[in-house]
Amino acid sequence: MKVLVAVKRVIDYNVKVRVKPDNTGVDLTNVKMAMNPFCEIAVEEAVRLKEKGIATEVVVVSIGPQAAQEQIRTALALGADRGILIQTDEEIQSLAAAKLLKAVVDKEQPKLVILGKQAIDSDNNQTGQMLAALCGYPQGTFASEVVVEGEKVNVTREVDGGLVTVALNLPAVVTTDLRLNEPRYASLPNIMKAKKKPLETTTPADLGVDVAPRLTTLKVEAPAQRKAGIKVASVAELVDKLKNEAKVI
Amino acid sequence: MSILVIADHDNQSLKPSTLNTIGAAKQIGGDITVLVAGQGCAGVAEAAAKAEGVSKVLVADDAAYANQLAENLSLLVAEIGKDYTHILTPAGTTGKDFLPRVAALLDVAQISDIIKVESADTFQRPIYAGNALATVKSSDSIKVITVRPTAFDPVAAEGGSAAVEALSLAKDAGTSQFVKAEMAKSDRPELTSASIVISGGRGMQNGENFKMLEKIADKLGAAVGASRAAVDAGFVPNDMQVGQTGKIVAPQLYIAVGISGAIQHLAGMSGSKVIVAINKDEEAPIFQVADYGLVADLFQAVPELEQELDKVL
Repeated sequence: MKVLVAVKRVIDYNVKVRVKPDNTGVDLTNVKMAMNPFCEIAVEEAVRLKEKGIATEVVVVSIGPQAAQEQIRTALALGADRGILIQTDEEIQSLAAAKLLKAVVDKEQPKLVILGKQAIDSDNNQTGQMLAALCGYPQGTFASEVVVEGEKVNVTREVDGGLVTVALNLPAVVTTDLRLNEPRYASLPNIMKAKKKPLETTTPADLGVDVAPRLTTLKVEAPAQRKAGIKVASVAELVDKLKNEAKVI
Repeated sequence: MSILVIADHDNQSLKPSTLNTIGAAKQIGGDITVLVAGQGCAGVAEAAAKAEGVSKVLVADDAAYANQLAENLSLLVAEIGKDYTHILTPAGTTGKDFLPRVAALLDVAQISDIIKVESADTFQRPIYAGNALATVKSSDSIKVITVRPTAFDPVAAEGGSAAVEALSLAKDAGTSQFVKAEMAKSDRPELTSASIVISGGRGMQNGENFKMLEKIADKLGAAVGASRAAVDAGFVPNDMQVGQTGKIVAPQLYIAVGISGAIQHLAGMSGSKVIVAINKDEEAPIFQVADYGLVADLFQAVPELEQELDKVL
């Protein structure tokens, strides 16, 4: 079966985020960009399905500027077979992203679509679910285990208070949580090989999708900083402060 | 304005986060209806009807909604929700699962995890793991919103007397089945609703040592959490994780033990009223946000804390 994986180019998770002084957004000039960590887990899961002989082809898709090719190449180096870049410099919100991915699903007809549960920039946690709804597919969100059995996939989900397992008819959408797997590192020979793998470029207009934003960002601010309090010298002093000063115990 | 709040519940009881979400709905202003979708959930509907500020409770009691499967729930909410101006639910794992589907079915955006209501169409939400706060305005006719419960005061659980109306709307997409649930059993309060939380980090060294924290938790009626470092090291399960990639908590008292204070952890707990840090490294960033810091070896300080608490409690 064919597996489609969506990946997003985001600020590297090790980079300290700085809000622009004019409050229009976050400063991304000369900042290191990388594949969203949850998307890496999605690529890894797809590649493992291929190694197990369950997936026959892994197609990776990204939406973003021309530079998002880098993240597609990374996915190809990790073991994906070919890439599709939906190239745009516009802001693409979750609903628009889901519609663009739906257009790719219509064309590629994958049995399984794997996405990260959220991107670490906008923190929306929406695209996978929206894609599933637009396609009429079932979904297994926040997955910590994915088992394909015939025409079904069993997904164990990380939920508040524990784990829930659901059985989904294929085709289906899965979104990854942190503990689904530990992504591998790309080897140098695989990075070289990835450069020769096919990468097709298309645009929202080619796909006939209206990507006009529905939400307008009025301002972006840095959160109020907490001030450091006092150091206590002993446990006894700590308990005394909590009881008599803060009155929280 | 007419607001539909989707209750978070387990068919037995209404989750407290629903009351916080009704609190957010009151700030938007307008008529508030609560939808309880489940199976054998009459008790939940009664509880919702008593909540302050609710004018009507709709109950969809059907096997299709027994396990809150997103495929079925979203069909129901999209059908009922199109007559409202706002659809709200708590940003727990249930809401995060089904609500984006509702937004897509209604062809509107979702505004995730709001922490402030500026007006009926403008809201504040954290982005970049809480390192920035965005104020966003929606141009859609229906605002579909998940609410971060800890950012809003709950309405009173008692005192209301809303009418309860049964719906006979069974929406079964027929594409997914519930297989099993493995819920952590604990007599302690849930992390996200506990008024005191004590968390351990990599400094705990192993899972066995978390028992020291559990003893303190039982004395204080607290929940036990962990940093992502402790989860990644395999000390404790992921559902104990406090942080951007885990649970967001805002208790009255947060005690961080052996936690350095990585940005991703701070994003999950810096809304706490009082923060205590116990760490042997006095340079640890956690001390920059702690109201009370104790530079000490946790293996001495935690047992001592247990003894001191015995004296005062």
